[in-house]
Amino acid sequence: MAMQSEPIFVSVQTHNFCLNEQQQALFKSCNANAEVGAVASFVGLVRAENNIMEVGRAHSGELRALYIEHYPAMTGPVLRRLCEQASEKWQLITCRVIHRVGTIPTGEQIVLVMVGAAHRAAAFAACEFIMDHLKTSAPFWKKAIFEHDEHWVAAKQTDQAKVEQWSD
Amino acid sequence: MLRVMYFASLREQLGCNSDYVEYIAGETLAQLAGRLANKHAGSPSDIQQSTTRCAVNQQVVELTVVPCDGDEIAFFPPVTGG
Repeated sequence: MAMQSEPIFVSVQTHNFCLNEQQQALFKSCNANAEVGAVASFVGLVRAENNIMEVGRAHSGELRALYIEHYPAMTGPVLRRLCEQASEKWQLITCRVIHRVGTIPTGEQIVLVMVGAAHRAAAFAACEFIMDHLKTSAPFWKKAIFEHDEHWVAAKQTDQAKVEQWSD
Repeated sequence: MLRVMYFASLREQLGCNSDYVEYIAGETLAQLAGRLANKHAGSPSDIQQSTTRCAVNQQVVELTVVPCDGDEIAFFPPVTGG
C-alpha cells in the first residue's frame, strides 16, 4: 500500500497487526536509503495481570481483556506529532506507530512502535521516547474487563515520572 | 455554541458522549466544567476533579483557558494508553 511507504506511518485500528509485515513495510519505506543501520521496535501486549489499579482501589481477579477507547479527532495527530518530534531529535529515517482500540483479549498485541535510524542508540532512544510520551499524552483510555466486573484503569505516577525525565 | 465531548469514565458517569452548550464570552474551562456539572446534576461526575484534563480543538490546555465560540471542548480523565 502506498500509505505504508511513507517515512511516518500512524494507524489506530481495531484489528491486530503482524510484526513481520510491519517490518517489511518499514524496510520498504526506506528502501532507497542505505543509511539505515538500525531498526528497533517495541510491542506492548495485554498482560494477564491479576492486580490492576482502579481509581482509589486495587482490583483482584483474572483479567479477560482490555477495552480501549480513544478521541479519534485527536489521537492520530498526537501520534504523528510524536513521530515527528522523535524523527527530528534522532534523525530517524522511518518511524511507524500502531495502536489498537476496542476489545483486546489477554495475550494480544496493543501497540507497536518501530523506527529505523542510522545507529542503534538513536533507534533505542527514539522507541522509548515515543512510548513514554504516548502513555502520557495520547488520548487513549483502558478499561479492564474481568469475568464479573470491569473498571477504568488509573493512570500511573511512574509513567508521568518517566516522561518527565526527557525534559531534564 | 460550544461542542463538549466526554470520554472514558466521565462519559459513563454523565451518561452521554457530548453536549452542545451556549457559549458565554469570558467563561474559563473551569467555569464551564461547573456549568456542565450543574446541567448533569443528576449524574455525579469527576468533571470538576483536579485530575480531569481538558482539550480545546484537540489540544490539551489548562482549565484557566477561555475558549472561543464554536470551539470543540473535550473533558477526560488522565490517559492510560500504550
